[in-house]
Amino acid sequence: MEVGRKMANMLGTEHDLNFKETELCLGLPGGIAVVAAGNETESSSSPKTNGKRGFSETVDLKLNLQSKESTMDLNKNLDDNGSKEKSGSAKDPAKPPAKAQVVGWPPVRSYRKNIMANQKNSSEESGNSGAALVKVSMDGAPYLRKVDLKMYKSYQELSDALAKMFSSFTMGNYGPQGMIDFMNESKLMDLLNSSDYVPSYEDKDGDWMLVGDVPWQMFVHSCKRLRIMKGSEAIGLATFNDIKKNYILYFQHQEQWRNARAEPKNKILELSKRLGGSLLIGIYAKRRIMGTSL
Amino acid sequence: MHKKMAFSFPDEVLEHVFSFIQSDKDRNAVSMVCKSWYEIERWCRRKVFVGNCYAVSPRMVIRRFPEFRSIELKGKPHFADFNLVPDGWGGYVFPWIAEMAGAYPWLEEIRLKRMVVTDESLELIAKSFKNFKVLVLSSCEGFSTDGLAAIAASCKNLKELDLRDCEVDDLSAHWLSHFPETYASLVSLNISCLGSDEVSFSALERLVGRCTNLKTLRLNRAVPLDKIANILRHAPQLVEFGTGTYTADVRPDVYSDLAGAFSSCKELKSLSGFWDVVPDYLPAIYPVCSKLTSLNLSYATIQSPDLIKLVSHCPNLQRLLVLDYIEDSGLEVLASSCKDLQEIRVFPSDPFGAEPNVSLTEQGLVAVSLGCPKLQSVLYFCRRMSNEALVTIARNRPNFTRFRLCIIEPKTADYLTLEPLDVGFGAIVQYCKDLRRLSLSGLLTDRVFEYIGTYAKKLEMLSVAFAGDSDLGLHHVLSGCESLRKLEIRDCPFGDKALLANAAKLETMRSLWMSSCAVSFAACKLLGQKMPRLNVEVIDERGPPDTRPENCPVEKLYIYRSIAGPRFDMPPFVWTMDEDSGLRLS
Repeated sequence: MEVGRKMANMLGTEHDLNFKETELCLGLPGGIAVVAAGNETESSSSPKTNGKRGFSETVDLKLNLQSKESTMDLNKNLDDNGSKEKSGSAKDPAKPPAKAQVVGWPPVRSYRKNIMANQKNSSEESGNSGAALVKVSMDGAPYLRKVDLKMYKSYQELSDALAKMFSSFTMGNYGPQGMIDFMNESKLMDLLNSSDYVPSYEDKDGDWMLVGDVPWQMFVHSCKRLRIMKGSEAIGLATFNDIKKNYILYFQHQEQWRNARAEPKNKILELSKRLGGSLLIGIYAKRRIMGTSL
Repeated sequence: MHKKMAFSFPDEVLEHVFSFIQSDKDRNAVSMVCKSWYEIERWCRRKVFVGNCYAVSPRMVIRRFPEFRSIELKGKPHFADFNLVPDGWGGYVFPWIAEMAGAYPWLEEIRLKRMVVTDESLELIAKSFKNFKVLVLSSCEGFSTDGLAAIAASCKNLKELDLRDCEVDDLSAHWLSHFPETYASLVSLNISCLGSDEVSFSALERLVGRCTNLKTLRLNRAVPLDKIANILRHAPQLVEFGTGTYTADVRPDVYSDLAGAFSSCKELKSLSGFWDVVPDYLPAIYPVCSKLTSLNLSYATIQSPDLIKLVSHCPNLQRLLVLDYIEDSGLEVLASSCKDLQEIRVFPSDPFGAEPNVSLTEQGLVAVSLGCPKLQSVLYFCRRMSNEALVTIARNRPNFTRFRLCIIEPKTADYLTLEPLDVGFGAIVQYCKDLRRLSLSGLLTDRVFEYIGTYAKKLEMLSVAFAGDSDLGLHHVLSGCESLRKLEIRDCPFGDKALLANAAKLETMRSLWMSSCAVSFAACKLLGQKMPRLNVEVIDERGPPDTRPENCPVEKLYIYRSIAGPRFDMPPFVWTMDEDSGLRLS
């Protein structure tokens, strides 16, 4: 690789001389009439002489300086890309470093990447293959974004990336483990009340959960899509899902007790949003006391 | 009465002659002959093709072509397929549908590629066009099964519904049931992209059963293997068929059922699908293999021996898509069995693995190129290449029209000589005089671009990644490739000089994409100022480019010619370089 690069550089410098000789300048249109309705106003007698003005006449840039800098910037850019994507690199110096994933390379469509990754994961390979592309929507934002969860090593990294994408969005304090402490209800409420927005995700079962409830790797494997919602809306999500797994749920609506599991999830969430805490408290208290059938 | 020149024909005769001219290029040429031909042609153009939806406005199209029945639109740049174009960039079809809904109630066909299609758009289509017949959405996104339900329910004359490679929000599998019980005109249905865990099988079977003209049916992965036989029996007239998941517990009754169903399909020419293949079930398709011209096994994770067996049964194969599990040995068998092969695509089974997992090298490609005299189109992913192999391929197969080679590790040199692959690709462009599309990879210097600029005179689309040393490379391409329409570049050290020096060239092309290169914001501004008929879009997720020094390179740059002026549907991370201030914020 090194040899090749050296040779390439040599070739490059040879050609550099020729390059200066051709005197590249701003090539403005002219000469050949392109479109029937076109009315070129730039004057230029023939294509050959097209644009052969002195470059410095038309361009104000200090190009020599700039090209050096821009190459430096380019390298910096590439390095940045490299380090950003090196999320999966192995720490063990003896092994060759795991491949740093460059965005969009090799040029394989996401659908195909995901299918190949799924098939690989089923044969207990290390999780560095493939991508975990999920859609991210934010309440109020007119467009979706996509993130590859495999690019990040922790909730904090994900939070930083999402913050960049949706600049008005902040994720609350996740604590040392990076996970939400669900057992401590007041801490949870602090989190939800402190942030304007919190991220939620849809897991493999189709349930909407608060991001941060499981260890990071488990999250990467089970997250299907992300939704950044207002903290106030997320309150229903937190308590509801936490409770749902542990109790038989009933809720009272319009004078009737209904079995929560039998109702469509959206409807219950809708109700809980509208009716707020009082609805949930009803569920919490009822537990198994109400009996099993209605 | 009209004053006619002695040698001109009456309009009706010309119109009749023009009706035989279908190709878009030819139609455009016809319209440029003279004013009267322009007028006649525009009134009788029935199919309109817009290669870049932002190059022209819907209103302009409608004004020029008052009577078209079919439109094809393309939106996002090609690199959007590889997630290089951030979501939200654009490509919304709704404004087009809205304008056409008013002007063309008789519109019959809409074909879209890489556009954002919302349910609202689909509902508008369903409502506005009473004779709507064909909807082809290729690599589109933004819609759900609700939109599809609207189409199914309202389009009584629908013949073709093709959703290839789309991203669809699967809300309900029951959209299929929205086709009325009386509806039977379907000719082509491609739902292979749908992910739904449930598919309404009964609705599907009933639909297939009553559409006796159904020629193309591509199912999605959710359709299990034991349902295939039934579906095929309802549609023995199928010409193109895509299975669902091709796996099941091996049971003789299921197998013979399947084999029987396949043998009843006498017209079958194309097969696809084959997700999760269990090799034991493959021989079920042997009865149809001898007639197959197209086979897509690119999701079939079966090994070389099974692939070899299968391919040996298909002597009339013209098009093969396959994973690199086929290996060099399989490609050698392909080369000797399939003499009619025109197109081959070999995809990587483990694109991110550090080490090769299969024995697929440049030898496979050499074998196919030497053995298949009609081979024209190649897409090949591999891990090593040599100049020698490329020169051999070029000399033996000068009839390539599309050559796309992806050596998986960027900047990989010739593995035999450790040199750059300039000479190899140089041979390709030198010998393959009709080459229209080329994708480069491996270690490449400016020299390869010199070859391309010198020889690739018919080249229309060039894709470049991690290549070149200096602006000279880009200059060679822009100044030499006369037929160039689309140029896409990523991670190359190309900067301002070549771009600015060849600014005029950009107006002769559809578009130029450059990402992770060295083009400065200042150059973008200059280009935008000087070239009013180009839209120079800077895409930068780091924030507004004027918060950084002017000589700082932009992240991504997309330049395209347009007579519609700058667009106004851009997201916050896209800026169009304008004539006025040099910067217009969205």
